[in-house]
Amino acid sequence: MLSVLVRRLANVVPTLVAVIALVFLLFSVLPGSFISGMGEDGRTTIDPAVMERMRKEMGLDDPLPERFAKYIAHTATGDLGTSFRTREPVTYLIGQRVWPSVKLVFGAMFFAILIGVPLGFLAALKPGSLIDTASMVGAISGLSLSQFWLGLMLMYLFALQLKWLPSFGYGDGGIQHLILPAVALGVGPMALLARTTRAAVLDVLNADFVRTARSKGMSEPRVVKWHVMRNALVLVITTIGLQFGSLMGAAVVVEKLFAWPGVGSLLIDSVFQRDIPTVQGCILLIVTFFLVINTLVDLAYVAIDPRIRYGR
Amino acid sequence: MKLGKFKLKGGTSLWVGGTLVGFVVLVAIFAPLIAHTDPVLDANLMNAEIPPDWEFWFGTDAQGRDIYSRIVYGSRISLTVGVVSQLLNSLIGITLGLTAGYWGGWWDDFVSGLTNMMLAIPSLIFALAIMAILGPGLSSLVIALGLTAWSYSCRLTRAQVLSLKSQGYIQAARILGYGDLRIMFTQILPNILGPLIVIATLGMGTAILAEAALSFLGLGIRPPFPSWGSMLSEARDQITTAPWLSVFPGLAIFFTVLGLNLLGDGLRDSLDPQSTTRRA
Amino acid sequence: MSAPLLKVEDMRIALASSGTTFDAVENVSFEIGRGEAFGLVGESGCGKSISALAVMGLLRSPLSLAGGRILLDGQKIQNASAAEMRRLRGKRIGMIFQEPMTALNPLSPVGRQIAEMFVLHQGASWSEAMDRAEDALRQVRVPSPERRIKDFPHQLSGGMRQRVMIAIALACGPDLLIADEPTTALDVTVQAEIIDLMAELCAAKGTAILMISHDLGLVANMCQRVAVMYAGRIVEAQEADAIFSTPRHPYTQGLVNSLPRLGERAKHGRQRLREIAGVVPSIQAYPTGCRFNPRCPAMTDICRSTAPEITALPADGLVRCHHHG
Repeated sequence: MLSVLVRRLANVVPTLVAVIALVFLLFSVLPGSFISGMGEDGRTTIDPAVMERMRKEMGLDDPLPERFAKYIAHTATGDLGTSFRTREPVTYLIGQRVWPSVKLVFGAMFFAILIGVPLGFLAALKPGSLIDTASMVGAISGLSLSQFWLGLMLMYLFALQLKWLPSFGYGDGGIQHLILPAVALGVGPMALLARTTRAAVLDVLNADFVRTARSKGMSEPRVVKWHVMRNALVLVITTIGLQFGSLMGAAVVVEKLFAWPGVGSLLIDSVFQRDIPTVQGCILLIVTFFLVINTLVDLAYVAIDPRIRYGR
Repeated sequence: MKLGKFKLKGGTSLWVGGTLVGFVVLVAIFAPLIAHTDPVLDANLMNAEIPPDWEFWFGTDAQGRDIYSRIVYGSRISLTVGVVSQLLNSLIGITLGLTAGYWGGWWDDFVSGLTNMMLAIPSLIFALAIMAILGPGLSSLVIALGLTAWSYSCRLTRAQVLSLKSQGYIQAARILGYGDLRIMFTQILPNILGPLIVIATLGMGTAILAEAALSFLGLGIRPPFPSWGSMLSEARDQITTAPWLSVFPGLAIFFTVLGLNLLGDGLRDSLDPQSTTRRA
Repeated sequence: MSAPLLKVEDMRIALASSGTTFDAVENVSFEIGRGEAFGLVGESGCGKSISALAVMGLLRSPLSLAGGRILLDGQKIQNASAAEMRRLRGKRIGMIFQEPMTALNPLSPVGRQIAEMFVLHQGASWSEAMDRAEDALRQVRVPSPERRIKDFPHQLSGGMRQRVMIAIALACGPDLLIADEPTTALDVTVQAEIIDLMAELCAAKGTAILMISHDLGLVANMCQRVAVMYAGRIVEAQEADAIFSTPRHPYTQGLVNSLPRLGERAKHGRQRLREIAGVVPSIQAYPTGCRFNPRCPAMTDICRSTAPEITALPADGLVRCHHHG
């Protein structure tokens, strides 16, 4: 188990560094840096000399590799730089936003698993039945929905018309405010999980060892419990891990729609304000989070499937 | 294979999906004939925010433009985004996959590392970053989306190359004197064409959804162009006063993407009829 | 002869394919006495495996049991309810399959998979059952059983896995063991061991065996009586010795002749291996009349037009041919 973990981490770090490099590179060619933007938007006029001093201060004149190396070094110690906009440490800015984002993403995934997996299971156990057709039609529809449009419609119906739930914002952090955004975000993954679970369970139900189990005189519910579930779980867990990635992408939009104070909305705002350190910090955080989740999924895989544990 | 009472084979998806997509394509082609007004220029503030009625089938927006006509023309933008971005994706993916599998070595490692990196970044966020650099607009959008989803076709192509390699096809062809390019075109491409089309079809749906999201954020296609996504971004603020502004563009997106998903599913099933992995 | 343990009468299995049904297997009848070893031989696709599955009630769509009777100890079990079949499976009829790797749950230790039988049918507790699983492994001659019960299927060799399958099938002392090509996927050297093991254990417990194989030699060695199937029908059935020494059906004769024999080369010099020309017909395209007629060296006009009736042979044998003998 430990060796798998170590190997996995050894893979993660280079990927992470590559991502940082890519983001760094991309934003270093961003036309209209924050400095010039400050003068252009007319709100503040800056003396060119002052601009020049700021550039030197922020190290923007140093050659690219040097800046990159410095950035990596700083990141390793937890210093993500200073926001161009608010002059606060990026780590602080992001830190404030992490918990709402975590709540949203996990809330959405929880919803997706809660409904998607059992639905897929039932659909597989009764192929061709009404529940199978209905859930698969529902699933493919869920995949075709624009998540923020769904959020908008939900907002309209439940918040503005029925007034059951608050229409936006984080509020006091209570669950009321979490429901609409989490559902809007979770419908897509839920649909995919329903389909993947169904496929995985069907696959297992037709496997040879399930036939053996039946030949032992096991009742169908027992067969499912003792033999099918664990084997189908492997594929389902992998899908859950991968879904976190697209979930975090879509979360950016949902956060903006619902004015949710998370890392996603910070990312968007920073992009528009050309607050590059913050942008880089947000992306770094998101990617790290995703890689961590995938590593956990790999470990769960190992825990469940003994073939990997003992090697072949 | 018939499963119980409800026959849900690849066939149904194929027909329904194909019909939906075909319908959207026709709308896009014949837009000038179907629409009632010019989607950008015909803006009469006297007609602002009229709910759907006999004259304005889908109502009008804050600028007094006919929503119906805008949606009809918007189909052109959505389909363009979908098709071109997927072409770009496939091109990049196939090229990288072919060369990586074929020549192997450090280039293969490099491409694999690149693919890993792409998979670690949520695609929407990557597209976001590129749009931030390129600025809003249709061409930048297509490029951005074209650069995000190539990893699937890349993996597919590379796997196919490696499989043929291990079976000795490539070596045999070389001995026969075939040039590398000829091998790539005659041996490898025909095998991946089917799955590639499936990937591209499903990818079009994703691209259209991504366009909507990016336009909504202000990074995609900006008003007054009638992309369905930008229409939604304009509609957001009027949700209480004019809800129909949000409903119709969203429905247009939904049915188009649904059609593409069904079509993609149907194609996948008809190409690889394994009854248990159907509709996966 | 005392009442047979298993009696299959006029069994018919239908295959539903693109709207129409075909008869995959028809007019199949045989009997197995208590403690008897019975062999069912035929090429791939002749319907022998699905006949076995039909006895167990394990046919799944598009296959279904369309006619005939199956009696276990005189009791009708064809089309029995699911609950009744479950009571029989494992407890009175055990089955082992061809591919031991895929027939065992890859995520579950083999000891546990054996123990399941005791928990399921004999109400044992899991710890009791695991102890008995260890004993079962010892009985099938797996070395170091106390360590093996914790192993996973992929850690065992093919022969060992098949022994595990045998242990599972025989765990609750069933009256009948159905073995569907149990050694086909194994090395030749291991095949003999497994067959011997099965024969020994079943003889000791008085368990009857239904041995299904394409290997006539193997079956004739192990079984007292043998039936030969072709294209969904039984074409000949005799005692094992008789089927080897005096095969009556041209197909059986072809099978017997195709077996390379030790010492032949010394006696007759180098010769070509003898084969049966042609290929097995597919279910959707069975020839009219006698189904073997396209490949039969003794074929005449009547063979193409009329399906041959069953002719009884001495010692409860039978043959289905116009020109038997």
